[in-house]
Amino acid sequence: MQLMRIYLKFDFNLICKTVLQEQLDALGMNYTLHGVGEIEFDKRPTNEEEQEMASVLGNYGIEIMDDQQMALVQRIKDSISEWINDEENPKLYNFSSYLSEKLDYSYTYLSSIFSEATYSSIENFVILKKIDFAKSLILQNNLTLTEIAYKLNYSSVSHLSAQFKKTTGLTPSAFQKIILKRKERALNQK
Amino acid sequence: MPLQTLNIALADDDEDDRTLFKEAMSEIKIKTKLSLFNNGKELMDYLTLPNVILPEIVFLDLNMPIKNGMQCLNEIRNHPRLQDLLVAIYSTSSSEADIEETFVNGANIYINKPNSFGALKQAIEKVLQLNWQYHTSALNKDNFLLRI
Repeated sequence: MQLMRIYLKFDFNLICKTVLQEQLDALGMNYTLHGVGEIEFDKRPTNEEEQEMASVLGNYGIEIMDDQQMALVQRIKDSISEWINDEENPKLYNFSSYLSEKLDYSYTYLSSIFSEATYSSIENFVILKKIDFAKSLILQNNLTLTEIAYKLNYSSVSHLSAQFKKTTGLTPSAFQKIILKRKERALNQK
Repeated sequence: MPLQTLNIALADDDEDDRTLFKEAMSEIKIKTKLSLFNNGKELMDYLTLPNVILPEIVFLDLNMPIKNGMQCLNEIRNHPRLQDLLVAIYSTSSSEADIEETFVNGANIYINKPNSFGALKQAIEKVLQLNWQYHTSALNKDNFLLRI
């Protein structure tokens, strides 16, 4: 039998938004979505409504957070992802001013809330997200490291490689080799 | 700020290594609950109990009697309920071939057993911090590889 592979690319924001809309519409709620991490309701949901929402959304791995600080942390994370995944974004001005303008808090406040809740600084999280994105681009196979470095706004390939190695302990090519071997093995077992 | 506790499991046949690991873990800021196992069989028997609370991360020594780390890793990756566990291999071997083999077999993390308590603590801390991010953020777990 001829083997065939297809490769998928996901728009996570769209997926999350669609799930939220479908589920909230089904519950008959009146709401506005703010980004992926925040929903505003026209009137306060009753306890039963809130429980029902928690249970249907829970099926998709979506949790309702009750702590305002956690919600802010989530918004910081969403903004970071948006900033990194947006390929049109020229990333000319620095990230801290982008974040504090977007969320309307001082960067000092945001970074202290973030460190307290996540055991990581915002800067480290940005690096982690960038490397996570670089990994998915490396596995798409049709981009060179130079192109990936440019997309993610690294000054050079060696800067990207060094940060990749520092974050994962592996070089980009060692990483790619391992994942490809894993896929081959998985196919052979079928 | 209320934070969850991470459940951690370690399988290592060397008693001194287990004790050191436990001490290092207790000095780390992240709240953890550690379960210790003397070999791979004890660990697998525990993980496959019905209704057991699965750990967020499993540390496996490679060389253990009865059932070694690689056997455990393979069983975990082929078990429907366990296959998504994060697995850290914890070994004295620094052979490139061994390291690649464990990653290809599905390990997420490879730690060269550090030779000082300070380095051990640092390694565990790095793993737990990163592990925390993978549990609480939209990061792709399939691509989670870390070598220390």
